[in-house]
Amino acid sequence: MAFKLDSKIPAGELSQKWSNHKAAIKVVSPANKRKLDIIVVGTGLGGASAAASLGELGYNVKIFCIQDSPRRAHSIAAQGGINAAKNYQNDNDSVYRLFYDTIKGGDYRAREANVYRLAEVSNLIIDQCVAQGVPFAREYGGLLANRSFGGAQVSRTFYARGQTGQQLLLGAYAALNKEIHNGSVKSYTRHEMLDIVIEDGEAKGIIARNLVTGEIERHGAHAVVIATGGYGNVFFLSTNAMASNGSAAFQCYRKGAGFANPCFTQIHPTCIPVHGTQQSKLTLMSESLRNDGRIWVPKKMEDVEALRKGTKMPSDIAEQDRDYYLERRYPAFGNLVPRDVASRAAKERCDAGYGVNETGLAVFLDFKTAIERLGKEVIEKRYGNLFDMYKEITDVNPYEQPMQIFPAVHYTMGGIWVDYNLMTTIPGLYAIGEANFSDHGANRLGASALMQGLADGYFVLPYTIGDYLAKKIQAPKVSTATPAFDEAEKAVKDKINKLLSINGSRSVDDIHRQLGLIMWDNVGMARTKESLEKAIVEIAALRKEFWKNVKVVGTADSFNVELEKALRLADFLELGELMARDALNREESCGGHFRSEHQTEEGEALRHDDKFAYAAVWEYKGEDVEPELTKEDLVYEFTHRAQRNYKD
Amino acid sequence: MNFTLKIWRQKDAHSKGEFKEYKVSDISSDTSFLEMLDILNNDLVHKGEEPVAFDHDCREGICGMCSLHIDGHAHGPSQAVTTCQIYMRQFKDGATITVEPWRSAAFPVIKDLVVNRGAYDQILQAGGYVSVRTNSVPDGNAIPIPQADAEESMDAAACVGCGACAATCKNGSAMLFVAARVSSLAKLPQGRVEGARRAKAMVAKMDELGFGNCTNTGACQAECPKGISIAHIARLNREFLAAKFED
Repeated sequence: MAFKLDSKIPAGELSQKWSNHKAAIKVVSPANKRKLDIIVVGTGLGGASAAASLGELGYNVKIFCIQDSPRRAHSIAAQGGINAAKNYQNDNDSVYRLFYDTIKGGDYRAREANVYRLAEVSNLIIDQCVAQGVPFAREYGGLLANRSFGGAQVSRTFYARGQTGQQLLLGAYAALNKEIHNGSVKSYTRHEMLDIVIEDGEAKGIIARNLVTGEIERHGAHAVVIATGGYGNVFFLSTNAMASNGSAAFQCYRKGAGFANPCFTQIHPTCIPVHGTQQSKLTLMSESLRNDGRIWVPKKMEDVEALRKGTKMPSDIAEQDRDYYLERRYPAFGNLVPRDVASRAAKERCDAGYGVNETGLAVFLDFKTAIERLGKEVIEKRYGNLFDMYKEITDVNPYEQPMQIFPAVHYTMGGIWVDYNLMTTIPGLYAIGEANFSDHGANRLGASALMQGLADGYFVLPYTIGDYLAKKIQAPKVSTATPAFDEAEKAVKDKINKLLSINGSRSVDDIHRQLGLIMWDNVGMARTKESLEKAIVEIAALRKEFWKNVKVVGTADSFNVELEKALRLADFLELGELMARDALNREESCGGHFRSEHQTEEGEALRHDDKFAYAAVWEYKGEDVEPELTKEDLVYEFTHRAQRNYKD
Repeated sequence: MNFTLKIWRQKDAHSKGEFKEYKVSDISSDTSFLEMLDILNNDLVHKGEEPVAFDHDCREGICGMCSLHIDGHAHGPSQAVTTCQIYMRQFKDGATITVEPWRSAAFPVIKDLVVNRGAYDQILQAGGYVSVRTNSVPDGNAIPIPQADAEESMDAAACVGCGACAATCKNGSAMLFVAARVSSLAKLPQGRVEGARRAKAMVAKMDELGFGNCTNTGACQAECPKGISIAHIARLNREFLAAKFED
């Protein structure tokens, strides 16, 4: 049975939709809030801000994270900044312009109403964070500073050095700590959600594993919020943290939540290139570097060869022999084109043989011009910590020689399908932040992930969840002594025992690396019908291999990292196939999804709005059974869907 | 490169631990220290042995999850970086490297190199915040803040909460951690409002949880992966004393 999708987008003018909706939805009285329990899974920007705000409102909140402290969530690693339509720079920014840039940046595959709301609440986020004591960068007059980011022609990005995610998360974590102190939120660290419990068609709680003792626990609630981030680690090598995973989202999908646009993956253009075969993860170099850094490869093949042999240094190559290919191809935006465009352009040059390191998979990001123009001190002040980090990792001083960069998997725009209230197809189950699919379309703009996580957590969910919970004010405490909980707990325990009993010959990491290679080669920056069909076959075979031949040492009832990794990989092996299926279905190119068969003469992504102006929502149909597709048509009432143009 | 590793192994919080020796070979000099442990662990799994448990996550030096005393130094031999940012080129080929968990009564071992740092969360829960509600705030530009103050606040806010300071301190004091939070908020007008309450509550919680007193040896500053200055401890002391005088 296909989904009956109701996006619940309110009627009316774009700018009035959120106000109208807030006026129309139900609220819960303070006395009744005290009787209602909410589970929040994940403590990044979305989860922490939601739990803190819900706790303030008076709900009883339980929050779960897999790390030893809520502050470790991977939001902490976001470097560059957070967008808001404050127009503090007087450069003609507005809510509408932020909305338009985001819709266009997402290549017209996001909902207008959601994106407009995001832009609308963006300004509140900055106010909130300042009040919490987030030390944003300031001008000499003491007012907030901004910088530019990709996909925009205005300066609207607020930042705290190269550690904006850290500072925003510490703000949300502080708000969370305040509520933990006040007793409205209870924190469960080193706990991993392993299943969602559904009863009478509604979310009623979760099964979690205490990662220290291995104990399997039941937690019931009137609503469950998934804020567990993205699934980029399906590629093994990505900029995500080592433990970031898609399992909570996948369990929701397995229990009936729609999963939307799984193939929309963001490949970030400025990461440190891969070295060797034993690397564990990739490191991002913030997009903010593209404010002052210029991206280039040599024009002449002889220079490329000299670089690889080491007979020439990059600084030896004369200005007229450098191909600043982004400035050449996209004069209006230059080095600040959106991420998908910059990544594909780097791939195009490297595929043509101009890659600048021994693997041929790197381009230069050069600060020579900026240092000449502004002086080393200014560059050091702006990017000092990023330059230091680059030197630590590569042993090359970026003040003297350009950085080498290459695209890497960074973010997943796809995720659990949600309606305008951020509720999934399962009543009482919500998804926020990167875990949902709603706001970034086929490509996310830089500095918009932080914005969305905090928008959802501080300013959207605390209102919209009331509309559902208002119907639960008479409901008693959710009992966990029910057949649904029994069944979910048993399934989790069976799965763990099965994994521990296989005792095969391949480690979890071995199989995960192999999955990553299949994904990168076939479901990466450029995809074809052939590569996707190949990936589907190979992933299915690898999944069989995993369940027959994985070796998971240790026990179920102890701290067991191998078991944690195995449980996550089991789900990645499903998610990878789902991504390939979605990419195969979407016979067009849009944003981060590039089907080689569908490009313009100039090699740009070619959308087919007549056939694919929809969100592809997938429904789980069982193990090794093809999922079923339901389409949510994306209606553009207020913007004209154009071919994206960053040239003029 | 080849290395001999002496690694602390401990089954769980209640068991007695011991050093065990392992060999790793053919390690590229560009491999990070934690990738080297990954390689060791992958070998151990193939042999059917339990891998070495250690904390890590972002591997970019920002999440604060990684720890370790490497050859007696918190976060290894380099200055101002976390363990995940240590690369094997910093060690001599053939070296013997000793790897231990944080040694601090307030951070009990969970397994091998993994410790419980929940005490740091508890200190922050006691008062490490500005008591503002969501949406009950003025415009972001309503209060100008001198750039130098914002920068100094940011210097202190760079703390990643890894625990190196308390693990390094001979008294097991968490003063640098507490000071970083108190000082970061004390430099901002938003944080001044409840400054006295914050300093008292956080110091009281630190004492209650069994952390030691500060005797100004400066070891915490030397080992802090973010280079947090002990000048912030001086500010915490001022805040704390001023708060006491107010009482």
